[in-house]
Amino acid sequence: MTTTRDAPALTATDLVVEFPAGRGQKVHAVSGVSLEVAAGETLGILGESGCGKSTVGRSLIQLPPPDAGTVRLGDVTLTGLAPRELRRARARMQIIMQDPVSALNPRRRVKDLVWEGRSIWGPGDDTRDKDARVDAALRDVGLDPATVRDRRPHELSGGQCQRVCIARALMLDPEVLICDEPVSSLDVSVQAQILNLLETTTRRRALSMVFIAHDVSVVKNISDRVMVMYLGKVCEVLPSDGMQHEAVHPYTRLLLASLPEAQLGSAAPAGPPAAEERAAELPSPLNPPSGCRFRTRCPLATERCAAEEPAPREIRPGHRIACHHAEPRRNHP
Amino acid sequence: MTPKREAATTAPAPTDGTRGTAAPPLLDATDVRTAFHTPRGAVRAVDGVSLTLSEGETLGIVGESGSGKSVLGRTLMGLITDGPGTTVSGTVRIGGKDVHALTPAGRRALWGTEVAMVFQDPMTSLNPVKKTGTHLSESLRLHLGLGRADARDRAVDLLRQVGIPEPARRAGQYPHELSGGMRQRVVIAMALACGPRLLIADEPTTALDVTVQKQILDLLRSLAEELRMATILISHDLATVAGRTDRVAVMYAGRLVEYADTAAVFDRPRHPYSSALIASIPRLDLPPHTLLPAIEGRPPNLLHPPAGCRFAPRCDTATDRCTTESPGLTAYAGERDAGGLVACHHPLGAAEEAAV
Ligand SMILES: Nc1ncnc2c1ncn2[C@@H]1O[C@H](COP(=O)(O)OP(=O)(O)OP(=O)(O)O)[C@@H](O)[C@H]1O
Ligand SMILES: Nc1ncnc2c1ncn2[C@@H]1O[C@H](COP(=O)(O)OP(=O)(O)OP(=O)(O)O)[C@@H](O)[C@H]1O
Ligand code: SF4
Ligand code: SF4
Ligand SMILES: [Mg+2]
Ligand SMILES: [Mg+2]
Repeated sequence: MTTTRDAPALTATDLVVEFPAGRGQKVHAVSGVSLEVAAGETLGILGESGCGKSTVGRSLIQLPPPDAGTVRLGDVTLTGLAPRELRRARARMQIIMQDPVSALNPRRRVKDLVWEGRSIWGPGDDTRDKDARVDAALRDVGLDPATVRDRRPHELSGGQCQRVCIARALMLDPEVLICDEPVSSLDVSVQAQILNLLETTTRRRALSMVFIAHDVSVVKNISDRVMVMYLGKVCEVLPSDGMQHEAVHPYTRLLLASLPEAQLGSAAPAGPPAAEERAAELPSPLNPPSGCRFRTRCPLATERCAAEEPAPREIRPGHRIACHHAEPRRNHP
Repeated sequence: MTPKREAATTAPAPTDGTRGTAAPPLLDATDVRTAFHTPRGAVRAVDGVSLTLSEGETLGIVGESGSGKSVLGRTLMGLITDGPGTTVSGTVRIGGKDVHALTPAGRRALWGTEVAMVFQDPMTSLNPVKKTGTHLSESLRLHLGLGRADARDRAVDLLRQVGIPEPARRAGQYPHELSGGMRQRVVIAMALACGPRLLIADEPTTALDVTVQKQILDLLRSLAEELRMATILISHDLATVAGRTDRVAVMYAGRLVEYADTAAVFDRPRHPYSSALIASIPRLDLPPHTLLPAIEGRPPNLLHPPAGCRFAPRCDTATDRCTTESPGLTAYAGERDAGGLVACHHPLGAAEEAAV
């Protein structure tokens, strides 16, 4: 997928996002992130709270645009586009957020919420077959149109609201779907329903997707490739198939070692025994560590890690790491 | 206390030497019911739960949002009591004392020394304008009558015990100067301050990152072992509870549907809901793009729960009997499940085992 170099659906290069934090300080939220999503591919973004996942997601749709770097959707460069053209181009990329209830206007009915995007972004003049198309969209996401069409968000469960958000995004026939923690606020049983819905939808429509979450197993399950972030930087990008064995970046290994047993299933802890994490406070994004940002928690850190930022390098096709010392694994199960 | 409406459901029978000691269990809860009276009707958040816990034992309570886990935890603790707007019935004994028959002062004396609770959001237990050390030393002086200097020393010891680096310096800091994981450690230190015999932790790590989550759960486990403290770990995340508790109680719509050894529930769930819930967790050993066996529908409205088995509308194996007759929590008939209880008319695996 990534080896076919022709026209990725979405490309971001060297994204930088900083937020002013008073007293001349700034939050280094995203510091030079590049990514690529092929047509029909799902890229997962994984990392702990505050590492910049949502900020990357939002800068992809230019809400707000990054402070530096470029975003290309197909063959259109979004960064620097005039507002009106940006609006039109952006309709081809839709975002789904973590909290489905607050993403929906509480006063509007489901049928209008689903159509909303079309009237704002799309060729909104054509309302003749609105009802039929809204019903079809609701059916596509597993909702019964007759039951929910006239309801308002507070009359729906969290899972149903998320389905409405998905229906609304799909109404615009996007090429790329950005999902920011779309199942994090849902119960396990509902989470499985929504993951399955996203899986079948992206497959059927050959949609590209960026799927942001902090749960390793969830991200692995839905993605073709996984990108691991730490404190505004990319640590590792690798195919999700077999990632529990193949991941080598010390931070990715720490994430894997922290998983509860039941999520590992038969994939019992693999790979180098995760060295005991050094008891350290999380570094502040206001003043990130020099060199490698993970060095204050890294069991392999050396002086070089403090002096020199590790450049991303490819250790096998499709597998990149930014680390001075990690080596590809040879004999694993 | 209102009279019991139904015969008490069976408490797990002490079946082996370790559980069946003569000493009464540390926690003994029988047919606990908690209902909230709202303008729209009574919400039966906890509807007939019986539990026991011995010294040093760990119990997981799992279930989805709204299944009644927190209300149960608070009722066991005596934080929710019978009163205007709320009906509590059944009995809860901790260390032999009937929590709901005590006076409010009697209950307060129990808190901290016999039973303590840790909540999901550490800030609900911390005062933002009070230093972390003061949170600890105040309760040490109040409950244990320590002097100012002794209390301060003991506070620093406690912070060290919960793995806070530079405890003396941290004692002088305010809660907002600490990370979420450090705050939760402080709350755990507060809970431990007066040496409770039972700790109830309600989603203690839900708001934390996975790496911090593991540290806190490891800490709770080692403290429980070291202090021989019984723990109840409440979580919506089954994976958290697996491998960290001796027994697990699975809740659905205010009732226990399965109550057995944790390993048994995960290896061979007997209740269709436990089984479906376990199957719906994404696992790392599954290849990408695996469709998960999801449970269709959603939990019932507790204002109007369905008659019979509350899981029946979502259950693949439901029969007519399930929609009319409520299944009681009873010992599972199989020999290999000694001590396991399930509330189901057609527990999983029963047919195969009968055929063997
Ligand atoms: N509007 C803003 N103003 C100031 N700082 C911000 C803003 N948005 C995000 N940040 C900061 O930028 C960093 C990255 O935040 P971001 O929300 O992208 O993280 P995240 O990985 O999505 O975390 P989470 O898992 O908690 O959602 C954090 O330090 C955050 O506090
Ligand atoms: N004070 C109250 N008044 C009315 N209803 C309440 C009250 N407290 C809780 N409930 C209801 O009782 C039920 C059980 O709530 P509880 O908080 O115990 O669920 P839970 O299992 O802890 O869920 P979660 O995983 O979301 O924490 C819910 O339906 C809830 O809305
Ligand atoms: S570059 Fe150094 S500090 Fe960073 S992850 Fe690699 S070994 Fe650790
Ligand atoms: S009692 Fe019936 S409906 Fe309830 S879980 Fe068992 S089989 Fe399913
Ligand atoms: Mg986020
Ligand atoms: Mg709760």
